[in-house]
Amino acid sequence: MEKEIKANIPKGNLQDKWSNYKAQAKLVSPNNRKKLEIIVVGTGLAGSSAAASLAEMGYKVKAFCFQDSPRRAHSVAAQGGVNAMKNYQNDGDSVYRMFHDTLKGGDFRSREANTYRLAECSASLIDQAVAQGVPFGREYSGYLKNRSFGGVQVSRTFYARGQTGQQLLLGAYQALMRQKEIGKIKLYARHEMLDLVLIDGKAKGIIARNLDTGKMERHAAHAVVLATGGFGKIYYLSTLAMGCNASAIWRAHKKGAFMANPSWTQIHPTSLPQSGPYQSKLTLMSESLRNDGRIWVPKAQNDQRPPHEIPENERDYYLERKYPSFGNLAPRDIASRAAKEQIDAGKGVGALKNAVYLDFKDAIHEYGKETIAERYGNLFSMYEKITGINAYQEPMKISPSAHFSMGGLWVDYDLMTNIPGLFAIGEANFSDHGANRLGANSLLQACVDGYYIAPYTLQNYLADQIQVPQSAINHPAFEIAENQAKKQLKEFVSCQGNKTSEEFHRELGKVLYDNCGLSRSAEGLQEAIQKIQQLRQEFKKNLLVPGDVEDINSELEKAGRVADYMELAELMCIDALQRNESCGAHFREEFQTDEGEALRNDKDFAFTAAWEWSGDSSSPILNKENLKFEFVQPTQRSYK
Amino acid sequence: MKIHLKVWRQKNRHTKGKMHDYTLTEVDEEMSFLEMLDMLNLQLAKKGERPVEFDHDCREGICGQCGVMINGIAHGPLKNTTTCQLHMRSFKDGDTIYVEPFQAKAFPVIRDLKVNRTSLDEIIAAGGYVSVNTGQAPEANTILVSHEEAENAFDAAACIGCGACVATCKNASAALFTGAKIAQLARLPQGKKESNKRTINMVNRMEDLDFGHCTNTEACQVECPQDISVLTIAEMNYEYNKAKLKD
Repeated sequence: MEKEIKANIPKGNLQDKWSNYKAQAKLVSPNNRKKLEIIVVGTGLAGSSAAASLAEMGYKVKAFCFQDSPRRAHSVAAQGGVNAMKNYQNDGDSVYRMFHDTLKGGDFRSREANTYRLAECSASLIDQAVAQGVPFGREYSGYLKNRSFGGVQVSRTFYARGQTGQQLLLGAYQALMRQKEIGKIKLYARHEMLDLVLIDGKAKGIIARNLDTGKMERHAAHAVVLATGGFGKIYYLSTLAMGCNASAIWRAHKKGAFMANPSWTQIHPTSLPQSGPYQSKLTLMSESLRNDGRIWVPKAQNDQRPPHEIPENERDYYLERKYPSFGNLAPRDIASRAAKEQIDAGKGVGALKNAVYLDFKDAIHEYGKETIAERYGNLFSMYEKITGINAYQEPMKISPSAHFSMGGLWVDYDLMTNIPGLFAIGEANFSDHGANRLGANSLLQACVDGYYIAPYTLQNYLADQIQVPQSAINHPAFEIAENQAKKQLKEFVSCQGNKTSEEFHRELGKVLYDNCGLSRSAEGLQEAIQKIQQLRQEFKKNLLVPGDVEDINSELEKAGRVADYMELAELMCIDALQRNESCGAHFREEFQTDEGEALRNDKDFAFTAAWEWSGDSSSPILNKENLKFEFVQPTQRSYK
Repeated sequence: MKIHLKVWRQKNRHTKGKMHDYTLTEVDEEMSFLEMLDMLNLQLAKKGERPVEFDHDCREGICGQCGVMINGIAHGPLKNTTTCQLHMRSFKDGDTIYVEPFQAKAFPVIRDLKVNRTSLDEIIAAGGYVSVNTGQAPEANTILVSHEEAENAFDAAACIGCGACVATCKNASAALFTGAKIAQLARLPQGKKESNKRTINMVNRMEDLDFGHCTNTEACQVECPQDISVLTIAEMNYEYNKAKLKD
């Protein structure tokens, strides 16, 4: 039965909601905090910042990550920057404008109250990061510097060369290690969460596998926070790290947590193109390059000439032509789709004709090579390492690639899922970006969720848990969950087929990218659903996992992740299929304007699709959270 | 191209390991080094053999999780390059490549090419931070940091914690890793305040763990993917002496 769900948004004016919430939120006295235990899964920006902040407040925290050190979580890879409303540039920025940019960037498919809160908390994050010693770019005077990013007309992006994510994460990781040193945080690196444990309907712990030994572990807590990032790796070729996965949130979903808008994946316009069939990942080149680089393709199809031999009048700077007011800084969904359009029209460049040019010739001419090197030096050298090409002399070749999951676990205003005590923060939840995320808002959301929101909302929940004794790990719920997880691992190993999980993953990724990627159609999605079901059947019968369960075994780790992808992929297609409109990154071919832009249908689809697990991945239950726009009237998004 | 591999296989830290020979015949020069290892692992899995365990994650040179000795050099022949960013175009048809784990007493082998580098986390835990709690920070522009100060701090902050400096050092010293964090924070006004305490705690921790002493061979900088300068080691020593005088 479809039911309407509520997000518990505080009453009042937009600008008062969060202050009202904080003023009324319940507190836990310092004496009681040390009696309450919190599990945080994932140590990227959201997880580390939440774990550190909660531990500083006095809670007992257990932090888990699958990497060998918390510092390696994929937040490190974010290059370009983090947005914050400081209006240091005096260019007309305000919290309202940032909120509006984010809401519009998301094509009016996010919650007003959450998006506003993101903009409202952004300024404090810069203060926090500077205090931690994050070396942001500076003017010669010593003041903080900004750059502009896609989809906005102000400069509100702070950056630390091309390694903003790494530097922010080091700040959060160091804060986490500081708490570990004084015993407030117990750290479990090389551990993977395999299941969520519910007792009386509340999240009370997890089952984790020690990846070094293969041993199962039970961990109990008063609340569980999932900060496990996005699942763009489901497309196999993506900008994500090899280990990024959906397993924690998917297993929570199978325990009852709703998955919201799972099909909304951002395809990033400036990644490096695929060069061969063996490729394991696509490297992202920061969107900040679009500040100075100009994107173009030859006007003629199949133009074989090298770029410098193509005269100006035979080049099509298609973003500048189609979107004159935003030009090369059009939002990601639009830039990616425009690139696909050119590539599909036979104007792609490179050996596989799957790329477009990103040209710095004019910028080098205008500012000099030195300035460009200072802005993007590490990106240019990274480009050269991967491709062997010097981008100071020759334009870069770039191509769209799966990147960010706007969808994720459904959460209310408190960032709590529909399972009491289970929170989802950062990219793992769905909340702030609507159908398309603006560049440099991802680091922001992860940090704001972890540093500023979870500490209030978790406490609000925990205040009622003081009287509830902590569950013992010998409770039957733990035993059942552990046995289930063990059984699945044994099945993988005993299957003894002849296809590895990586081979399955590649096939799945291709089906998904072709049919549930940059553009979707009802026909394609239906076909994809069938193929995914077949693939899932084959996976059950023909999987090859060498090695043992109770041992270090990276093939076994992959198998678990791919098994979850096999189910999630189908939900993504079902989600895309039910949404008979185009919005942001979700582009349904049947629903477009005469000019080929996304055609939204606010009358029928101004809702968040929150899918409920039914026990069978082919027949999920759709619940709707209607989006009410009280403060902003949705308009057709235009960047022309 | 055809590539002959000699790969270190070791079940765990308590058992003896040895080199195993493998030959790959269809290596593409556009492949990354790790994609070449993926290829090997796929072939091993299909034959029912256990794939080679190796660490990796982001595969774009920033997470610091990958890292093996390639022909005796940490991260292989290219300067300022992590293992994942090394491509097979750096080798030629018929080459024999030796692949071994990072070797240091402080980095015990977990299996094959995987080692345990938590000792680096332990050094950071001893003091590699500014002791500021969430919510205490003043307005960001009240702490002015000149362009040069910020850039200098960044040069040291760029360390990705891969441990190549330790692996390549004949003494297995973590001086470059530790020096980089001490220098980053000492170069910033936010971090200067507690530099004395931080330096002593981090240096002491480094000595308590199984790392060797620095004898200034400077091999660490040569093989550092981020080209962290050995001057950070000098800075660590300076900060240490300064702190001891005040002690």
